[in-house]
Amino acid sequence: MDISRFTSKRSVLSGSAILIIFFLLATFPLYSPGYTVVLLISIFMYIIITVSWTMFSGPTGYISLAPAAFFGVGVYTSALLGFVLPLPAVIGIGGLVSFCLALLVGALTLRLRGIYFVMFTFGLVELLLHFILWWEVNITGTTGRVVPTVDNTTVYYLMVIIFAILMLTAYFIKHSKFGLALQSIGEYEEAAAHTGVNVTALKTVTFAISAFFMGAAGATMATRWTYIDPRIAFNPLLSFMPVLMAIFGGMGQLYGPIIGAAIFTYLEEFLITRFPYYYMLIFGIIMVVAILYMPDGLVGLLQKLWKRISGTKYADT
Amino acid sequence: MPILEGKGVTKYFGGLAAISNVDFHVDQGEIVGLIGPNGAGKTTLFNLISAALALNSGVIRFKGEKISGLKPYQICRTGVARTFQSVKVFPNMPVFGNVSLGSLFGTSTGMSSADAARKAMESLDFVGLSAVRAIPAKDLTLANQKRLEVARALATKPELLLLDELIAGLNPAETAQAMDLVTRIRDKGISIFMIEHVMKAIMSICDRIIVLHHGEKIAEGTPQKITSSKKVVEVYLGESVDAGS
Repeated sequence: MDISRFTSKRSVLSGSAILIIFFLLATFPLYSPGYTVVLLISIFMYIIITVSWTMFSGPTGYISLAPAAFFGVGVYTSALLGFVLPLPAVIGIGGLVSFCLALLVGALTLRLRGIYFVMFTFGLVELLLHFILWWEVNITGTTGRVVPTVDNTTVYYLMVIIFAILMLTAYFIKHSKFGLALQSIGEYEEAAAHTGVNVTALKTVTFAISAFFMGAAGATMATRWTYIDPRIAFNPLLSFMPVLMAIFGGMGQLYGPIIGAAIFTYLEEFLITRFPYYYMLIFGIIMVVAILYMPDGLVGLLQKLWKRISGTKYADT
Repeated sequence: MPILEGKGVTKYFGGLAAISNVDFHVDQGEIVGLIGPNGAGKTTLFNLISAALALNSGVIRFKGEKISGLKPYQICRTGVARTFQSVKVFPNMPVFGNVSLGSLFGTSTGMSSADAARKAMESLDFVGLSAVRAIPAKDLTLANQKRLEVARALATKPELLLLDELIAGLNPAETAQAMDLVTRIRDKGISIFMIEHVMKAIMSICDRIIVLHHGEKIAEGTPQKITSSKKVVEVYLGESVDAGS
């Protein structure tokens, strides 16, 4: 009984904290300099990719290196439709195209496990990159495209909206019976199947939902770049960053990947401007230290510290 | 009418017949034992029934309806639940989470989350694990992990339960408890098909026993008939019949 009162009090607290955060985010461009808004846009880009990556790969343990593919599909949708349709429609379509691609790819490849799945998803990025490159060189005759630009404040608000919808979706999935089933797939897929979970359908649909948000983020971000080509759109780094950011932040809690992505992006920005020559080196060292000493990520480390301070071993035994 | 029936069930691994032309049936409310030497194909037969493997020929029917060709989750939802020879509980999930997965996903009609939680609690109570429901499954003893697998299977509201070596690896006291659990499950009206090597256990609780050897059914009958069958003694039980103790 005590526990339930405690959790309801806590949910009221965290609920109001979330409201305050969103209020601050919504009013942010009104009183802050342009540079900070631009920085926040790239932070949101990484947060969206990382949270949606964690939505699928966190519980199931299927490490996908396809984010760059789904993001790139969104970018290209924006380039193709940007001059024809209003931006919200472009973003929705970008997400949907990624969703459909992920459904198709997921149905074909989610029977692969471990390293085979990792390699295939990364192959998808390269495949799309080179296919579009080939297409542009041989069929259309021009490489790259111009994307209609949109002002930073609009992009910022769109990213906040995508982020909000993503968090609601991730929260719902994590706390529904499907969240439990995704975790069971990660722990013992065979047992999950024999306990009545339609593992193939659940994996494929979750994979596709996570791809939707990556595509939507790509379609939005494309407007910031004015010119895109396949190498910008399908940048393989975007496949690895969410994995690193999720590990750095910790995947056990929903806010882990958010914190990881936010700190990582800020760190990247900070190191590039202060130590342009040693930036990659310092970055690498931080990553190695994080993996060695924080197996559960930053959030796991904080929880451990908190437990030590408050002296409780288990919250409820 | 038998609740589970297999006709001409055959499975090849490469050129090797793991199960060749086996007929079997389990009647409503019966406890049927499946015995045989290592490599006889017992677990393969369970994998065929639960659709972990696809059969090469033959047909398996559950309550008169063909179930061979369905997917594992569909088999589970029609009412055939199973446990595993090497325990497959979800290690980092709490005990309760393990079982509620069964009640949330294991039935064809689906349950509301309140009903599912109630059904999960009921299954945990039934196997005697409700006191440890909050701890991660990996922290349980082997005997309790096996009971947890049974509870998870029961939460899917099965009419037939496949038990793959429930008793192997348990000490005498735990063995007695497991045997008691099996008879209590049957008393709930759930038919049982069980693989077991512990002869004392299987002889005392089974109504009927099927013996496999090299993928073929070599004998079938009451425990008394099996222990006196010359062929079974030759290939499996050994000359002194009080094996298993």
